[in-house]
Amino acid sequence: MDFIFSDEQQQLRDSLQRYIGKEYGFEARTAIMGSKSGYSDKVWAQFADMGLLGVAYAEAHGGFGGTAVDTMLVMTELGRGIVIEPYFSTVVLGGGLVDLAGSEAQKQAVLPKVVEGKLLLAAALGEPNSRHELNCVETSAKRDGAGFVLNGHKAVVLHGASANQLIVSARTAGSAREAKGISLFLVDANSAGVQVQGYRTIDGMRAAEIKLVNVKVGADSVLGPVDAALPVLERAADFAVSALCAEAVGAMEALNAATFEYLKTRQQFGRPIGSFQALQHRAVDMMIHCEQSRSMAYLASVKVQSQDANERKRTVSAAKIQIGRSGRAISQEAIQLHGGMGVSNELAAGHYAKRLAMINVTLGDVDHHCERFASAA
Amino acid sequence: MDLNYTKEEQAFREEVHSFVRDNLPKDIAEKVLHHKRLVKDDWVRWQKILYKKGWVAPNWPKEYGGCAWTPIQQHIFEDECGYAGAPRVMPFGLVMVAPVIQNFGSKWQKEYFLPRILSSEDWWAQGYSEPGSGSDLASLKCKAVREGDHYIVNGQKTWTTLGQHADMIFCLVRTDSTVKKQEGISFLLIDMHSPGITVRPIITLDEEHEVNETFFDNVKVPAQNLVGEEGKGWTYAKFLLGHERTGIARVGESKRELEQLKKVAAKQLRNGKPLAEDPRFRDRITMVEVELMALEITLLRVLSSRSKPGPEASILKIKGTDIQQALTELTMDAMGPYALPFRPEARAADWHGEPVGPEYAGSAAAVYFNYRKTSIYGGSNEIQRNIISQMVLGL
Repeated sequence: MDFIFSDEQQQLRDSLQRYIGKEYGFEARTAIMGSKSGYSDKVWAQFADMGLLGVAYAEAHGGFGGTAVDTMLVMTELGRGIVIEPYFSTVVLGGGLVDLAGSEAQKQAVLPKVVEGKLLLAAALGEPNSRHELNCVETSAKRDGAGFVLNGHKAVVLHGASANQLIVSARTAGSAREAKGISLFLVDANSAGVQVQGYRTIDGMRAAEIKLVNVKVGADSVLGPVDAALPVLERAADFAVSALCAEAVGAMEALNAATFEYLKTRQQFGRPIGSFQALQHRAVDMMIHCEQSRSMAYLASVKVQSQDANERKRTVSAAKIQIGRSGRAISQEAIQLHGGMGVSNELAAGHYAKRLAMINVTLGDVDHHCERFASAA
Repeated sequence: MDLNYTKEEQAFREEVHSFVRDNLPKDIAEKVLHHKRLVKDDWVRWQKILYKKGWVAPNWPKEYGGCAWTPIQQHIFEDECGYAGAPRVMPFGLVMVAPVIQNFGSKWQKEYFLPRILSSEDWWAQGYSEPGSGSDLASLKCKAVREGDHYIVNGQKTWTTLGQHADMIFCLVRTDSTVKKQEGISFLLIDMHSPGITVRPIITLDEEHEVNETFFDNVKVPAQNLVGEEGKGWTYAKFLLGHERTGIARVGESKRELEQLKKVAAKQLRNGKPLAEDPRFRDRITMVEVELMALEITLLRVLSSRSKPGPEASILKIKGTDIQQALTELTMDAMGPYALPFRPEARAADWHGEPVGPEYAGSAAAVYFNYRKTSIYGGSNEIQRNIISQMVLGL
């Protein structure tokens, strides 16, 4: 057991940190947030140049053969900069699904393009009635000759409007909440019958409601086993959750640093407000929340690679619980300790709080993961 | 980074596990696991078993009889011992005063005291707190006046844990009242059998005799028992506190109590179903379990990051005691109305009366009240927050 990052990992982290510090400041971010697509082609191309888009994929697929720990390092830096590029949706969740569930031909067709920055993905997993349950799928996929016809409504698809390809979970058999009968499909976003309604999310990103009306797909679009995709879907989701936990830790670190700096500089009653014990102790609790979260993000990034599914589920759910609770506690305290400035949209602090709140409700909130933690005992 | 244990670490865990399984006396483990009352001999017996194996002082340098284990090995050892129900190795001699003697003591002190600490020949107590000096420890008044080759000590110490068993006590005493309060303090080793020492029990909320007041009335202490220099006691005391805080996380023991809690919650019924399956109660357990998982990694990070624990160690004290207290609270709550019966006599190992209610009923509430001490002792959790605020956050 060791906590040492390799030279390559430290270089990856440092170069990304430098890049974000220089090119992705609060003003630059605000401009990107207000653009039509909600992300920057220029930044995305530079991410591709830096090799960030293929960190976790095999070299045979254009990647760098890294592990979930490498993804963790990248996500922590993206969290520190509250970067709103579609990294999570395309590289981590979308690409992760293709990487884990896809055939060799599918990986060859998709992953190298993702690595080059030429293809954006979005995972259409949720539905209006599914809440956080991946097994709750009402969207249907009926056999049609050699292929399938998809019908249904996929909800809050992250970066769904800008994606070139969608990964859709649909039911090929069974009833709405049954574990068996779920299949995954790789769907061209331009296919006839794909209706996309894009919108902003409160953390500055984008999402979409996607309706599938008699969308025809070929047999080669099936990703993973027919009727039995739930286990691989859960595995990919766990990988994505571990990445979100890492992102949250970066956001917590930055938010804490901003808050502690504010406590040192803001003067009231003739002295810095950080000299008051009532605030000092709350600051310490924020720091402890961050350190406990970091420990769980580390643990999740290692155990998500475990072959033991129960160990993987338990650890990842535990990490998401910790991050959900700590993220909320830190966010609320950060806003409070910033006083009136904390509720101003012109300060970065509130934007970190927004992102942390949305991380909590992405791929399962605290309650959801408490349930899952107990059932994986 | 790799948080999986290596083959060597797994083999070491196996070795510790088998040793504890084969050598921890069953009667002692039984007491610890069921919160029965421990007597002096229980602690001493276990420490002597560890001493014989060479494992009683993992934190000591090899030259003094320590183990030269890596931080991970130390953690594995504490984890296995705590989980199996071994009594905690009494920290006052082995963990607290020994590093001070090793770093600042005279040749004679090292040669005389260290072997006796190692073999558990002497039972040590801590003489820090006074009635008027708790968190503001540097304001202490217990006075030592040099007369020839002796000090004459007058004053009072309090919260002397298990002082009723002690042969020796390390004390912070005031040797100079004319200088800044931190600079007039010295570190003195005092024989508890000296004439003029009186020990009076303080009974805690669980009606147990765990702590004492210790009175010093013209106690004669040889000057050779002064550690280091006169007036440097505060520096040594701060050095010692850093050593105390890492062990205070008590991860192994909390894992054991969590297991026990789950067993209790599986037996207790709510609406005819096991309490453990009640989502409200189950989630309360989950929250503590998750914090404990995180704390174990946080502890390993602190242990791995540097040779000597820094102010970050205060996190371990705060979080470790939060978790310990939460577990006692849940165990009491799990008992329902059977938390009420209070039978101190049932906590004696030789008591064979008719039990009232489930197995845990007799002690759950008592342990809950006993454990309120954890966030107060060893530097209250508020003092720990002050330390982090100043030393880490720079506020």
